[in-house]
Amino acid sequence: MAEYILLRHREISDIDQLEVYRQYAGYEAFQKAVSSMQPQEVTEMVKASGLRGRGGAGFPTGLKWSFIDAHNRPHYVVANADESEPGTFKDREIMERNPFQFLEGVALCAYAIGAQAAYIYLRGEFWQIAASLDRKIAELHSAGLLGDNLFGSNYSLRIYTHLGAGAYICGEETAMLESIEGKLGQPRLRPPFPPSYGLFGKPTVVNNVETLSSVPMIIAKGVSWYRSFGTEKSTGTKIFSLSGCINRPGNYELPLGTTFRELIFEHGGGIPGGRQIKAIMAAGASSSLIVADDKALDTPMDYESVPSVGGSLGSASVIVVDDSISIPWLINKTMHFFRHESCGKCTPCREGTFWMMHLTDRIQAGQASIEDVDLLHEVANQVKGKCLCALGDFSTEAVSSGIERFRADFDQQVIAREHLEALSPTD
Amino acid sequence: MNNLAEKYPREIEQILAKYPPEHKRAAVMPLLYLAQREGNFVTKQDMEEIGELLEITATEVASIVGFYSLYYDQSSGKYRVQVCTDLPCAMRGAEEFLHKLCENLGIRVGETTPDGLVKVEEVMCLAGCDHAPMFQVQDGNGLTYHENQTVESALELINGLRAREGKK
Repeated sequence: MAEYILLRHREISDIDQLEVYRQYAGYEAFQKAVSSMQPQEVTEMVKASGLRGRGGAGFPTGLKWSFIDAHNRPHYVVANADESEPGTFKDREIMERNPFQFLEGVALCAYAIGAQAAYIYLRGEFWQIAASLDRKIAELHSAGLLGDNLFGSNYSLRIYTHLGAGAYICGEETAMLESIEGKLGQPRLRPPFPPSYGLFGKPTVVNNVETLSSVPMIIAKGVSWYRSFGTEKSTGTKIFSLSGCINRPGNYELPLGTTFRELIFEHGGGIPGGRQIKAIMAAGASSSLIVADDKALDTPMDYESVPSVGGSLGSASVIVVDDSISIPWLINKTMHFFRHESCGKCTPCREGTFWMMHLTDRIQAGQASIEDVDLLHEVANQVKGKCLCALGDFSTEAVSSGIERFRADFDQQVIAREHLEALSPTD
Repeated sequence: MNNLAEKYPREIEQILAKYPPEHKRAAVMPLLYLAQREGNFVTKQDMEEIGELLEITATEVASIVGFYSLYYDQSSGKYRVQVCTDLPCAMRGAEEFLHKLCENLGIRVGETTPDGLVKVEEVMCLAGCDHAPMFQVQDGNGLTYHENQTVESALELINGLRAREGKK
């Protein structure tokens, strides 16, 4: 990586200090926008940059901003800092190490959509990060970079932090809005979408931390500069959170379109203990299991290419699975997660995750028959496409792809059981 | 009389100022953290008082306590040591770490140490996958992360908490 756009603290270690951030042109983009650009011009630049939502859905950011209902006010920005997907730890590094770039991104988004208040929704576990952001926000007020009549204009902005309290579902944008409103974090029926009916019933843009943090550099350095990174349709850089069976886990900021092979073997240092790579989960626990053959490894990690090998890029939380890992064990872990995190609103998800968890418990314990594996597959199919939000579908990804692509692992668990029965017929 | 309002007038004012006055229910989550500050759990009376401040019922407040993992309606351990054993951490030995830690403390997972001070729990992903084994410690004053842990370093930390309590 020749140049960092997001993880700039790796080159400028004290960029978390306001004066240092400003030495490196920090807040010039925001000042330029407020002093000399129309809000729509900011949105147009973000649109032209090709930036897409980094939280997982990959929706074009500028387009989302342009959907804001101008006739209904006030408007709100909600920054999604709920980062709870197993395998994802990128927003945390941005907020801890390069916080002012994130806050400037929030401010630019707010200006573009005409919002005078923004909420940063952090998962409750990010208590220390919220306290640190509160201090940074106070500094920005003292420096005249937040507050009333900014840069002599009639534009005013306030940013508030709001802590969640341990619920993965609140990363879903409408559940997040409910949660800020002081309700159970359960998704809303859509439409209406947040740009027309969002926080407190008002037009709202919800964007991920990494998405917002990409904006200041786009405004500062221009659209063609940003588009020089990445591919035609997946522009810019992305932070890949690399974890699992890997020598050097961590965050890697790379241009979209970098291959799995480069990430895993060059940057991540390959698989420990001389073992072989078996599967890749490209989007955390919500991923299907991609068979890690040469074709998959040479696939560019961008929004268009990953589906061609049976996965999706999502939030680019790449969990590496090596040949010491049994797939029934793996899906048992993911099912415990989704069972715990299902909000309970939609029956297929609430009941489906419960039964899938119990089936995977049985399979993992060596107490399942071959029919149980087929039943598990069937339950997963029944959950798909039947819930208000994506959590239900996410819970089935590893299950379905695991059974379809790694059937031998399941057969082994079942055969093991027959051995067990032969050994202890009374059981 | 509203004990919370008496005890934390400034904090409550600051919390309410974050939200539009006609939507003050939004303050329920920060107020629950405030109520938890002292004992690391919320009492029935706290819930009633929060309801009174926000003009919602105590039952509505209780539903929030029930839904979210980081609020508790019972006292169990002044410090909660919450170890992540989700998939990426489990691939890096988090399950073994958790069990050895509990073995050393003489408790099972989910139990509190005999001195009533430390509860060790298994929790979902904490966004520290690249620094496993890792855990967070929750007490009334918030949460702190502890990453790249060994059983020895975790025990040292827990002993430190005990020593701190002993001095009080």
